[in-house]
Amino acid sequence: MSANLLAIFYLVSGVLFILALRGLSSPETSRQGNLYGIIGMIIAISVTVISVGNFSIGFVYLIIFLIAGGTLGAFIAFKIPMTAMPELVAGFHSLVGLAAVFVAISAFLNPEIFNLGYPGDIKIASLVEMSLGAAIGAITFTGSIIAFLKLRGIMSGSPITFVGQHILNLALGIILIGLIFYLCKTQSENLFWSLILISFLVGILLIIPIGGADMPVVISMLNSYSGWAAAGIGFTLENTALIITGALVGSSGAILSYIMCKGMNRSFFNVILGGWGATDDTSSKKSSEQKPVKSGNADDAAFLMKNASSVIIVPGYGMAVAQAQHALKEMVDSLKKNGVKVSYAIHPVAGRMPGHMNVLLAEANVPYDEVFELEDINNDFANCDVAYVIGANDVTNPVAKTDPQSPIYGMPILDVEKSKSVLFVKRSLSPGYAGIDNDLFYRENTLMLFADAKKMTEEITKNL
Amino acid sequence: MEIDPFIFRLSIFILSIFVGYYVVWSVTPSLHTPLMSVTNAISSVIIVGAIIASLAGNSNKVFDTASIFGYLAIILAAVNIFGGFLVTQRMLAMYKKKKKDK
Repeated sequence: MSANLLAIFYLVSGVLFILALRGLSSPETSRQGNLYGIIGMIIAISVTVISVGNFSIGFVYLIIFLIAGGTLGAFIAFKIPMTAMPELVAGFHSLVGLAAVFVAISAFLNPEIFNLGYPGDIKIASLVEMSLGAAIGAITFTGSIIAFLKLRGIMSGSPITFVGQHILNLALGIILIGLIFYLCKTQSENLFWSLILISFLVGILLIIPIGGADMPVVISMLNSYSGWAAAGIGFTLENTALIITGALVGSSGAILSYIMCKGMNRSFFNVILGGWGATDDTSSKKSSEQKPVKSGNADDAAFLMKNASSVIIVPGYGMAVAQAQHALKEMVDSLKKNGVKVSYAIHPVAGRMPGHMNVLLAEANVPYDEVFELEDINNDFANCDVAYVIGANDVTNPVAKTDPQSPIYGMPILDVEKSKSVLFVKRSLSPGYAGIDNDLFYRENTLMLFADAKKMTEEITKNL
Repeated sequence: MEIDPFIFRLSIFILSIFVGYYVVWSVTPSLHTPLMSVTNAISSVIIVGAIIASLAGNSNKVFDTASIFGYLAIILAAVNIFGGFLVTQRMLAMYKKKKKDK
């Protein structure tokens, strides 16, 4: 196959990947989009194999490894519960990162097969490109592993900070740049290995100071990194499909990070530098003990909702933890039988990754046209009788509007306070991840339902 | 005067960033999780580098250091390609509209 024809095929698969993302603009076209993505991948892999033209024993190994990895991937894809989606995505990011590192290593050790020069005499431009690809890939790998461990609960979600952390990170960053510079001068293999090792370390250091509630930003950011790593390798290999894909994924992750940061009214750097909530625990907790709280049981809640004409459900991470989405759907179904109008309100940062709540509700067969984003539904709270807040907290906290001292001041919130009554399903009065007390708990029209989200929802359904 | 091929690749790269920017803003927020899993799957197209690394080397020796890293990358990318596309498919299949027969 001629080099030009090959390049055209790579261009085609790049275009198919663009169409795959384009399809996601609506749920109807999304499945077709995914198909385009699959076709693009098949084209890219097939033409590469054909162009290399080596169908000896190595090809047999290729097939075996493809099938082995593919089987494992397929197994994971079918088995994974929807609530574990954030961990899964973090885990997958780490694989892309490590694959980028491995490809960069092969290219460094055997540059002839990629037309990059000879060992010890690699073209400078290629060396810079593969170093960047390897470094970003390595950061993506260890960073995603830490994110995975935090999301999985194997590692504590609280930020790990130490004195001099930012200075250390800065120093390591400068060392990385220096290493790339000297690598280009000396072509030394040791420098290349050090580059990768230090990048692994940077990945760890970058993610450990970031707290559990900021995970939506972290996952999006690592998504973006995996794209830039792929693009770096794409430049090294002079491969259009990889360059296009890398740019797409890189900008996609960056946009998602931006949306998540905006959803929390925080700057990207503020999130990356970490340590939210650690500053504030003195002012927030002192008054919470004495204030009276109205708490109720499933019976009260059922009564309130049955007699309402409209109910808005506000799900949060707690719903995911309790796996309450199916119970919630059942409750909504019986409410609808009673003639109650029900809709769902999703805050941009509800859950642990962008769109987390939407997937869970979709899993429970909630039609997506009953689920609304913050800006589309916020005005409806004023006309709604009951807001049922299940597993959410900070995203409803009116302090974000009233108290400039609060760490979440300026964050857009769901105006549940405007509805006639508010039902809070929560395990205890403990503050949310931001460590801030929620004023809503003590309001006249709030009824606290202290229980596991799933059990409470099931009981309410029984009482309807 | 000839233009360095690098400039062409850079042009593709920059234009793709813009394409990505506009395409991703048009993605509906309710599909942001599938967006992440599908971008994950397509970024595994890095497997083309792994294939070259493992197959294009010395034909007398199937496994040398460079090709071993290539094969390892093939396994990782394969997990991601199949896992990423299939889990996206599984998620997207769940997004349904309100039933009309109400």
